[in-house]
Amino acid sequence: MAIIDVYRYDPISKDYSALMCVCCVSAPDAGRPAPLRTWRLPQEHAVSTKGIRMTESAQTTESRTVPPARPYPFSVPDRLVVDPTYGELRENEPMTRVQLPYGEEAWLATRYEDVRTVVGDVRFGRAPAVERDEPRLTPRQQYSGMLTMDPPDHTRLRRLVAKAFTARRVEALRPRTQEIADRLVDNMVGLGPPADLVEHVATPLPIQVICELLGVPYADRDRFHIWSEAIVSTTSLPLETIQEYLNNLWGYMGGLVAERRREPGIDDLLGALVRARDENQDRLSETELVELAGGLLAAGHETTVTQIPNFVYVLLHNPDQLARLRADPSLVPAAVEELLRYVPLGVGSSFARYAKEDVEVGGVLVRAGEPVLGSLSSANRDGTVFADPDRLDLDREQNPHLGFGHGVHHCVGAQLARMELQVAVSTIVTRLPGLRLAVPEEELQWKRGMLVRGLLGMPVAW
Amino acid sequence: MSTAWRIGVDERRCIGTSICAGTAPEHFRLVDGVSTPLADVVAPSEVILAAADSCPVEAITVRDTTDDRLIAPQE
Repeated sequence: MAIIDVYRYDPISKDYSALMCVCCVSAPDAGRPAPLRTWRLPQEHAVSTKGIRMTESAQTTESRTVPPARPYPFSVPDRLVVDPTYGELRENEPMTRVQLPYGEEAWLATRYEDVRTVVGDVRFGRAPAVERDEPRLTPRQQYSGMLTMDPPDHTRLRRLVAKAFTARRVEALRPRTQEIADRLVDNMVGLGPPADLVEHVATPLPIQVICELLGVPYADRDRFHIWSEAIVSTTSLPLETIQEYLNNLWGYMGGLVAERRREPGIDDLLGALVRARDENQDRLSETELVELAGGLLAAGHETTVTQIPNFVYVLLHNPDQLARLRADPSLVPAAVEELLRYVPLGVGSSFARYAKEDVEVGGVLVRAGEPVLGSLSSANRDGTVFADPDRLDLDREQNPHLGFGHGVHHCVGAQLARMELQVAVSTIVTRLPGLRLAVPEEELQWKRGMLVRGLLGMPVAW
Repeated sequence: MSTAWRIGVDERRCIGTSICAGTAPEHFRLVDGVSTPLADVVAPSEVILAAADSCPVEAITVRDTTDDRLIAPQE
């Protein structure tokens, strides 16, 4: 794995493939040998790049001992390898300073408990990010959407969509999801090996499900599939293209919203959101409605689509566990939870939380107004919570992984993703008993310049 | 309008997302990874309904103390 040895990232010359949930937290200064410097919060630091004043306590000049910032992510993403730096930090420096490719310096938490505190505790919030030069992997900063809101604003939007994604509602979609999965695998088997699992199964399955749930015509998939990449692109697309794709996506969703108004009886999630807005304008603005629906469509594309091949890839690398799963399909739900823990979907942590007051985390006093990242991937490899954390073990009895996050921003589609992943894994494992890569591993192409790690293609035989 | 609600958390259903504790910190907290109401009987408040409606596994129920009528989660 190539270790980045520059102080600041050069996003032009470096590849950042995937990022979504990587984390690491360490304890105070448990004997770390690295030099520490006394860091004085300068007055200028209390002013964001946009010239907006920070909170009062961020303007203090009280000195604290903090380590120098490391460039982050720690390395160019290498397949699904978790950078060993996270383990070292959990051990020796659970709260560390990091500099992402874009935005201001931040704290990074790597231990499970600390990550949970940072992403879930009400003393931290996302709303201040809008007024700050937030630490990020993307050139573009996001100024809207649920991930830039705190309760009660966040609650207002979340509540409108949460009900469509409860375990009970999602369970009702399982037979239809299984039907789609069976048909896709039938088609692939009909084509004969080698075939691309990404193209024939992993991509169409979640897209068809989210289209049917939302009420978006599946026939338009080639168009919005391209636009959806804008949501997770870091350097894979030029900035102007990202903006163009987002405009296309919002425009397209706006058209569907207008259609629902012409035919108000349509019983799908988009129709329900349009009715929610039209019944009470205070609940949802028109922009929020369009961005919410577009965001759900895009999220339905770039996450489960990416995780299905990642899961299969990991299982192929753990043949003993794969054999157990084939022998006993009742292990599928536990296997999906373990794979959610094990696979570092994100290239690096993002969506920093801002401290609303002074908070002690991992032995470090985080000042009000300071941004803190929590590495979900690191938390998921914390040996104090998960025994033998770097081993894929389908028999874990307790698996409180943070693959979907924690707190109010816990993935709204988590139950849907779980169900889709269960259906995909069980169908692939049982229908394709001789499943194997059809090309040497070195020839697999991995995503580059995106927030998530995953395979561009996965040629398989069976 | 009833004067009191009873909050119930089904701890076998709860998966510990902490969405409730983030949405209504004055009413819920996580104890050993499981949501726990700070008080079982409370004065009616919209934020409690929001927390119950936002739970992905519908582990939270809110009932009227007088007639045990289910107030949340709503269908």
